[in-house]
Amino acid sequence: MSAQLLTYLFVGLSFVLYIGIAIWSRSSSTSEFYVAGGGVSPLANGAATAADWMSAASFLSMAGIIAFEGADGARYLMGWTGGYVLLALLLAPYLRKFAKFTVPDFVGDRYYSRTARLVAVICVIFISFTYVAGQMRGVGIVFSRFLEVDINSGVTIGMAIVFFYAVLGGMKGITYTQVAQYCVLIFAYLVPAIYISIMLTGNPLPMFGLGDTMNDGSGAYLLDKLDGLTTELGMTAFTSGNKSTIDMLFITAALMAGTAGLPHVIVRFFTVPKVRDARISAGYALVFIALLYTTAPAVAAFARMNIINNVDGMAYAEAPGWFSKWEDSGLIAWSDKNADGVVQYRGGDALIPGKPIYADGRGDHGERLLGNGVTPGANELYIDRDIIVLAHPEIADLPNWVVALVAAGGLAAALSTAAGLLLVISTAVSHDLMKKTFMPRITERQELFAARIAAAFAIGIAGLFGIYPPGFVAQVVAFAFGLAAASFFPVILLGIFYKRMNREAAITGMITGLAFTFGYIVYFKFISPGDNNPSHWWFGISPEGIGTLGMLLNFLVSLVVCRFTPPPPDEVQAMVENIRVPGGGGTTQAKGAK
Amino acid sequence: MSRKVSEENSRAYWRANIRLMLVLLAVWFTVSFLAGIVFVDTLNGFRLFGYKLGFWFSQQGSIYFFVVLIFLYAWGMNAIDRRFGVEEEE
Repeated sequence: MSAQLLTYLFVGLSFVLYIGIAIWSRSSSTSEFYVAGGGVSPLANGAATAADWMSAASFLSMAGIIAFEGADGARYLMGWTGGYVLLALLLAPYLRKFAKFTVPDFVGDRYYSRTARLVAVICVIFISFTYVAGQMRGVGIVFSRFLEVDINSGVTIGMAIVFFYAVLGGMKGITYTQVAQYCVLIFAYLVPAIYISIMLTGNPLPMFGLGDTMNDGSGAYLLDKLDGLTTELGMTAFTSGNKSTIDMLFITAALMAGTAGLPHVIVRFFTVPKVRDARISAGYALVFIALLYTTAPAVAAFARMNIINNVDGMAYAEAPGWFSKWEDSGLIAWSDKNADGVVQYRGGDALIPGKPIYADGRGDHGERLLGNGVTPGANELYIDRDIIVLAHPEIADLPNWVVALVAAGGLAAALSTAAGLLLVISTAVSHDLMKKTFMPRITERQELFAARIAAAFAIGIAGLFGIYPPGFVAQVVAFAFGLAAASFFPVILLGIFYKRMNREAAITGMITGLAFTFGYIVYFKFISPGDNNPSHWWFGISPEGIGTLGMLLNFLVSLVVCRFTPPPPDEVQAMVENIRVPGGGGTTQAKGAK
Repeated sequence: MSRKVSEENSRAYWRANIRLMLVLLAVWFTVSFLAGIVFVDTLNGFRLFGYKLGFWFSQQGSIYFFVVLIFLYAWGMNAIDRRFGVEEEE
């Protein structure tokens, strides 16, 4: 069967599965809609958390970034996994004991303040929307590249699927769908990686194949060979990086604290029955995540090697099918600088500006003509990073069914994350804004209805972002972490570990952290993008890593303000005592909500 | 238990919790920020099979450590819960 037909088949089957699960696990109460009734097993929650967490960015883009950045890619690998240690040790068990529905619930109750709750709601909605827009775009891109549907219809189909299981099923439906989506995405990620690992190193486990010798009889280690090839072609050696140590530290820390502070991840730990389950569930989640994250650098290195070996020195006229196919979809561009008809792949950018601007018509060898200027360097090739995961199975000449799997996996990753985020948004509206702030008298049935309407609206808006991506979204998604790190992480942490922490300190801290981080990012990304380079950054910290400084400022301001303002009331201090101890006095959600 | 004893008990429980947490966070900090970033070049002078050691820590090893740390915490805390008699009812 053709790859196209197989892709339709796999994607279709996976969608049938998700819808089936949604019908089986509909929610009938607010407790089920918000936190799946608090009855999810820790293992299932671990798998759901992993799918919730691993987005289109983890699945489609991360390996590509590592492939081209080499050692610098470590900030994502460590940042997006190390955050789970913070989550498991510092936040998840206590928030589970607290036994409510949302992050603003905690902020509002712990800081006995509607203002604090409102600030938290605004942060939740802002962070979640920027994040979800990227997911819907990812859905559209997978559809358009693999199924030759246009991006807009792709986004619409994705919206319809998410609508079905998020609006009907709420957290309960999402949880069990995410478990299925995890299975689909990890299978789709590992199968091509295992294939390629065996081809290159003979080792069936990609994470170990990365440290193994080449299969070509040379006996050389793969990473040494790759370092040699990259250096020879005038690129940075694969295992070396270009980023400064301080920037790496700050970015990694921002990603870690941001991971621990992202509302859609935290809320998953409200769904397990016990404190004990929350602890172990974070462990299961990280095992599931680590399976992909330890494979990603292997995929990256294999792909870089295959691209260099297959493409450099290739006559364009003899290029394999995938090369012109991805050139047609705008991910590859070639400018024959020395007019020899052969592709030279070297270090440095090939084009000015860096991204290709295609002109009409074809060149002497059949390549797409470009409107770009060319750099003086020898490099003639532009390769988009997203190609690594999308096209690598074709580059390595794997069977059609493996190529088809990747599409189903990418969709599973994007849809599962989108659903988790949309649920957080709808809960923030129906529970935090309506029930807890503006309309406290609505009944549970009305609240559940409002939650469904809010979810439907959120999906509509997310879809619009996917179809008409506002320019700022792509820029801002990466900074959702910095914002979460600078706002939620310190407030929740101090709320648990510092009994004296009070309302005034929490509000000023959150606002300071957010305003500082937001301001720095906006300045360098939008107001003065020309200055966005190390010589203008404060202490050499890029906007990507500034969330860490925002977080430190938040801590500092909180602790100072706290000194000069009255301590929290006795019942709040008693609540802090209570959440610190697993047993005693903690009702489970299912009971508490009915 | 008198009120005083129980207060002392929960304070001792909290101290045991903090101690376990700080030990594990020290390892967390060491494998990622120190081994994976600050001392990465020094460690790259050593090898672990085909990996340079610093590169291994930053792209593979730290992740394995993270997983182990969370399981150690879960087991350690469950034991501490039982020792101080504050575990959850079945």
